[in-house]
Amino acid sequence: MTTSDIAQGDKNARPLSLSGHVGFDSLPHQLVNKSTCQGFCFNILCIGETGIGKSTLMDTLFNTNFENFESSHFEPKVKLRAQTYDLQESNVRLKLTIVNTVGFGDQMNKQESYQHVVDYIDTQFESYLQEELKIKRSLHNYHDSRIHACLYFIAPSGHSLKSLDLVTMKKLDSKVNIIPVIAKADTISKSELHKFKIKIMSELVSNGVQIYQFPTDDETVSKINTAMNGILPFAVVGSSEEVKIGNKMVKARQYPWGVVQVENENHCDFVKLREMLICVNMEDLREQTHTRHYELYRRCKLEEMGFTDTNPESKPVSLQETYEAKRHEFLGDLQRREEEMRQMFVQRVKEKETELKEAERELQGKFEQLKRLHSEEKSKLDEKRRSLEDEINTFSKKKAATELLQGQSFNTNANLKKDKDRKKSPEMEAKDVNLTCDEATNQNHNCCFRNL
Amino acid sequence: MSEVAVPEMMMPPPAMPAAFQVEKPVPGPGMGDFSYVGIDAILEQMRRKAMKQGFELNIMVVGQSGLGKSTLMNTLFKSKVSRKSVQATSQEKIPKTIDIKSVSHDIEEKGVRMKLTVIDTPGFGDQINNENCWQPIMKFINAQYEQYLQEEININRKKRIPDSRVHCCIYFIPPTGHCLRPLDVEFMRRLSKVVNIVPVIAKADTLTLEERDFFKQKIREELRANGIDVYPQKEFDEDAEDRMINDKIREMIPFAVVGSDQEYQVNGRRLLGRKTKWGTIEVENIAHCEFAYLRDLLIRTHMENIKDITSSIHYEVYRVRRLNENNTAIPCPPCPMIPHFPLKPL
Repeated sequence: MTTSDIAQGDKNARPLSLSGHVGFDSLPHQLVNKSTCQGFCFNILCIGETGIGKSTLMDTLFNTNFENFESSHFEPKVKLRAQTYDLQESNVRLKLTIVNTVGFGDQMNKQESYQHVVDYIDTQFESYLQEELKIKRSLHNYHDSRIHACLYFIAPSGHSLKSLDLVTMKKLDSKVNIIPVIAKADTISKSELHKFKIKIMSELVSNGVQIYQFPTDDETVSKINTAMNGILPFAVVGSSEEVKIGNKMVKARQYPWGVVQVENENHCDFVKLREMLICVNMEDLREQTHTRHYELYRRCKLEEMGFTDTNPESKPVSLQETYEAKRHEFLGDLQRREEEMRQMFVQRVKEKETELKEAERELQGKFEQLKRLHSEEKSKLDEKRRSLEDEINTFSKKKAATELLQGQSFNTNANLKKDKDRKKSPEMEAKDVNLTCDEATNQNHNCCFRNL
Repeated sequence: MSEVAVPEMMMPPPAMPAAFQVEKPVPGPGMGDFSYVGIDAILEQMRRKAMKQGFELNIMVVGQSGLGKSTLMNTLFKSKVSRKSVQATSQEKIPKTIDIKSVSHDIEEKGVRMKLTVIDTPGFGDQINNENCWQPIMKFINAQYEQYLQEEININRKKRIPDSRVHCCIYFIPPTGHCLRPLDVEFMRRLSKVVNIVPVIAKADTLTLEERDFFKQKIREELRANGIDVYPQKEFDEDAEDRMINDKIREMIPFAVVGSDQEYQVNGRRLLGRKTKWGTIEVENIAHCEFAYLRDLLIRTHMENIKDITSSIHYEVYRVRRLNENNTAIPCPPCPMIPHFPLKPL
């Protein structure tokens, strides 16, 4: 055993044998304890046509009633509905999220069906990536919403996969662990089922779809996993109703010709699915999601943004340079845009100014005009007033004179009146020409004159 | 089998590992209780995964020469893990500056594999002028964090990033019986912020029980007065049960330890101990010294917790600091699309 004296951090560890019981074999136990405290998280995505039995299977799988409601067949687009539940069994707490597709396969044109599913999965990866890249992050408290397992429900036609199935699975196989299941398997007979399974697997292989393979590297589970790999896809039947068989109540579907027991291995592969999905490989599914699918997404995303580990001469590029370059670019961009906006702003201001000046000038002109008109009118009115005043003056003078005359005529007798009238009347007549008002007095006088 | 319930339920407190869980057999097909779903089988799966991957532990020992650091390491892991056993040199020259030397071993017990790295710091506190003697150690610890950070932000990252971060630093206090020296206070004050420190009183067989208690009390007071938070830190207690356990530990630190890698015959049994003319000190006897408590704390009960605190708290603090130091240079509006990558070390 060569001893290797090491400076900082070299990894030439030498194997050593212990001469007594140290006690670190409790480490797995400590780890498990810690995880039990924190709780586990598992997210399943169920893809399948409406009415194919996704919700029922989930109910059966987790032995509860998840309060689902039936969806209509008339959805215009494929939607995804996610619901989270807290389950507990003995001392294990599980935060289970079930994501169902709503309206998958119902549209007339199914070309965009898979896109929504892909987008949803990417969104979950993205939010995890953002959390990981934050400065102040809390990965331990983060509710991991990445999809760990995807159950793809194949319709039990007995012939082969639909083209929608193939296309969807091909798009999803690099993003999520796909486990295909044949739904409503109680409509297929055993021999048909066997042929159907072979047909499906060969189609998947020939189209290059990579479904999830149960891991076979750990000896404890490799045998069972290899066996199960050969039984894929699982033919399942789901039921939440119970039927009495013998003296036990079992989950089953009752038909006039018999009872299909869900947990009977001869009837369907439900128990195998539950084994594989939950009891044996749940941790592996989570790990694959994190180390394979998520890493792939992360790598693609970061490369898309322009970050690389090595530059074209394959020398390791420090992220600093890439980052600085990007930052320069970004800042330059910002500055340019700021400049543009500033220019636009200045221009607009100028335009507005000229407009306002125009308006001002116009207003000024109008004002002048109005002022002129006003002063003209004023002078006219002044003139009129003056003339009116003159007339009033003359009239009042006349009035006074007439009254005087009247007084005089009443005081003297008729002759005198006559004389004076005769004297006065030509004067009065002369004055009459100028008098416009007071005809009455004139008429009086004329009457008097006539009477005489 | 308990039922699966939909509403959230309070978690029963985790049991102390007095006896380990019985290994559950892998459930085969056809074995089904009708109300049993099998969610708790995930514990078994995790355990299997952990056994397959193995564990890593990095312990640093800091203290003046001659305090028995290497012996204590050997006693803790019951094998020759210390640097001295590995090095071919027989001379013990006190180095002029502080060296940092780490030695790694692969050890296995009952199927659990562990890669143990012991980091030694010969020369600490041995010079005449000991100012800044913590600097090389700080630098080393930060360098490990930096290495992990660089690995983590790679585009193509490894499946499992090798963890060389120092999980635990055992600080050896010389058994003067009076109080902490300025060197001790200074070192622990600075390093308790970046790493989990476990202080121990070395060569405790020179103290009587009363002296020991008095010394411990003085040390605890001084630690409190200087605001030094040693492991287990009060602020990281998770719940009441945790706090209770940790409070008991906090009343006992620093552990007064005696190390030995030689076995003697005592009362018909072969035990690790130190033989003197006035008696044999049994290392694993809690009436004699507190080595057993230290071992239980470090290895049997709190190892995972120590690693957890290192990775989720100390490392995150370092990461935040590192990422922020870059961003204050040029004020850049927070853009969710551009991640915050740190600079390479200067």
